[in-house]
Amino acid sequence: MTSSERLNLTFAALADPTRRAILARLASGQASVNELARPFAMSQPAISKHLKVLERAGLISHTRNRQQRPRRMEAKRLAEATVWLERYRRIWEGNFQRLDALLEELKAKQKRQKHSRR
Amino acid sequence: MENQHTLKVSTPSDREIVLTRVFNAPRHLVFEAFTTPELLKRWLLGPPGWEMVVCEVASKVGDPYRYEWRHADGRKLGMHGVCREFAPPGRIVNTELMDGYPSESVVTTVLVEQGGKTTLTTTAHYASREVRDAMIKSGMERGVAASYDRLAALLAPGSAAGTSQAGA
Repeated sequence: MTSSERLNLTFAALADPTRRAILARLASGQASVNELARPFAMSQPAISKHLKVLERAGLISHTRNRQQRPRRMEAKRLAEATVWLERYRRIWEGNFQRLDALLEELKAKQKRQKHSRR
Repeated sequence: MENQHTLKVSTPSDREIVLTRVFNAPRHLVFEAFTTPELLKRWLLGPPGWEMVVCEVASKVGDPYRYEWRHADGRKLGMHGVCREFAPPGRIVNTELMDGYPSESVVTTVLVEQGGKTTLTTTAHYASREVRDAMIKSGMERGVAASYDRLAALLAPGSAAGTSQAGA
């Protein structure tokens, strides 16, 4: 899988509010499928489906050593998605900071024009 | 104080990217800055080293538009599209196609004014996962990433440049 294909999976997985809530829960420690299903009005198979999407995106993993196979969060994949978004954010923030300065100029100009019309 | 103006980026679905930013100006001025070539050339530049060399704007539905940038090292970047909605001073919808890419995205820009400030929301809707894939690839593989990193260093909290820009 290329890095962009991986990012695609990550973003698709993060696009769903239930899956984001599951990740938020796992950020505070690993949990079983039952524990993860509890706060949602959803069947366990429905939750398992969401977990599969998160797993395929590499955002979570499960340990095999116990019967309940508790899920845990994989921070690295989330970090990759965050880095990409952060680059995107910074490039636009650069644009918008220039726009801030320009808007101040335009406001001052408008003020002067109003003043001279009086 | 600067915090409320901070740009927010979100991905509500796997085909969309949403930017939200507050500007300390009435929306007719923001709209002007988004639709006037002489003004666009002063801010829509991307990472350091890029200059906007072509800026043909749309001013009504059906109009084509075209932007081109050139880097000091000779690299070029272009995009174009067609205006689908043009409703000053609150709303613009454009198609957007980067040069060299197979499929376009639809970009919706909405400006809402409250108390002399304007909230900008830009939603880029990609036609397919492949297009978004291609866009992500371009950022990572074309060496643009290096430029972004330079910018990131400049804007990092604590750096002299970052501090002065944040205060601007």
